[in-house]
Amino acid sequence: MLVDVHAHFLHARTPRADWRERNVSRLTAGAKIGISVHVASILGSWGLTSPIYFPSPRDVSAGNDALLALQREQPDAIRGYACVNPNYTAHARAEILRCLDAGMIGIKLAASRRADDPLLDPIAELARERRVPILQHIWQHRRRDWPGQEASDALELCALACRHPDVAFILAHIGGGGDWLHSLHAVTLVPNVYVDLSGSGVDGGMLEACIESVGVGRLLWGTDLTMDTGWAKLRYLETLLSKDELALVRWKNAARIFPPGAFPAD
Amino acid sequence: MRVDCNAFIGAYPWRKVPYTSPGEVLKALDRTEIDVAWITHLPSLFWRDPTEGNGWLYKTARNEKRFKPVPSVHPGLANWEDVLSDAANSGAPAVRCDPMYLGLDPAGGEMRVLAAACGASRLPLILAVRLEDSRQRHPNDRAGDLPAAAVRALIRSDADVRLLVTHADRGFIEEVHFGSTPDEARRLWWDICWIWGPPEDHFATLLDTVGLERFVFGTGQPLRLPENSIAKLDLLDLAREQRDAIESKNIQGLMA
Repeated sequence: MLVDVHAHFLHARTPRADWRERNVSRLTAGAKIGISVHVASILGSWGLTSPIYFPSPRDVSAGNDALLALQREQPDAIRGYACVNPNYTAHARAEILRCLDAGMIGIKLAASRRADDPLLDPIAELARERRVPILQHIWQHRRRDWPGQEASDALELCALACRHPDVAFILAHIGGGGDWLHSLHAVTLVPNVYVDLSGSGVDGGMLEACIESVGVGRLLWGTDLTMDTGWAKLRYLETLLSKDELALVRWKNAARIFPPGAFPAD
Repeated sequence: MRVDCNAFIGAYPWRKVPYTSPGEVLKALDRTEIDVAWITHLPSLFWRDPTEGNGWLYKTARNEKRFKPVPSVHPGLANWEDVLSDAANSGAPAVRCDPMYLGLDPAGGEMRVLAAACGASRLPLILAVRLEDSRQRHPNDRAGDLPAAAVRALIRSDADVRLLVTHADRGFIEEVHFGSTPDEARRLWWDICWIWGPPEDHFATLLDTVGLERFVFGTGQPLRLPENSIAKLDLLDLAREQRDAIESKNIQGLMA
């Protein structure tokens, strides 16, 4: 069993003419890697009619609808995060309830609002009520603002996580750019923050630092935009960890924080 | 046969990187079934005179037949031509110069003279676009990425020079390849370590558009996990001979 906790799909109302090919490529590569379940999100229109990281409510709903359709088409292979924009509190809460009721298993927060902002509290509260994790897009050690996103870093996510100790938060793509060591130091003592190993970064020493920081019990395997790097990290972990430890990273940690029955072998 | 044309030995100055000794790199070669690694002494890339690491490099390579030395050369220093003759005499498959780390104009006179000398010596010249993602670098690590324009300028500057560019992504490769004449492009090789696989499929696209014969197996280890370059090959549906070409045969064209 292998769960990819950080996947994305595209849909027709995005700028990408090759959206179908990219979706097929993810599933095809997933089959080669042995991915059992892709836990995915769609960030609105991916920039077509509102910015990727600041999606309009209309685009948020359309993206989530597209993901629900994919989940219905591939019920064994695809699960969804409800992506929301916390600046629209009422819409975000309603959208989360709608998507979870339709079978999604988590919440995706990208970069529309800093993670430590009080606007995220009602979303975290909903996550606690429905017992679903929140995948938070993170810039590892944000030293300045970056265009196109209001990125959060690990310290800000930890502030939110400390306010909501009963919610599982997933720190997105530790290999996705930025100083991952800064993030790992920040999350060490915050037990409800899990580290997602996805991202294009395959730095020597990064996985050892992840294990040292949070232990195998808080690591989650994922790919994001580069499945080759995800597979590389998985292969390297096979040399670092025992079979039982590896199973935690491959799927058991995910099964623990996602709702019961979210995955076939759960 | 699998040849890693992009490997390093020794400590990295900007962060803790484990397993950088010759013995540890050999273990990584065993783990990933890499038969031969072209190695450069990593610390000296950041020294004022990067050639001061070459002696250690040659000695290390003499002690281990799976290592092939790729010495560093600095065309702004006196007697830099000696590095080329030493390299030729020592059986080095190539030399490397990373102008951004040396504070050199990457397309300036010194680099052009070096390119011409490498062409005349029939020694391929290796250049890295980057060693680390710019988003994660140490605040004092301010060397910029190698510009694609510099590679275009260097390949045009001498009709015999052959360049191996490492750590390039799809956009960089396309910009240089399609910004070069077919003859120029035939003297350029690219290592695969920084090219994205699925679902974006940059690597598959480049094999189709730029041509499989232009790509060679490289990892960037130990700064990067060597498993990555193998995984991206495993994710392609390549015929055995195509895979062999990338893993070892194309590199022979670079050295011809």
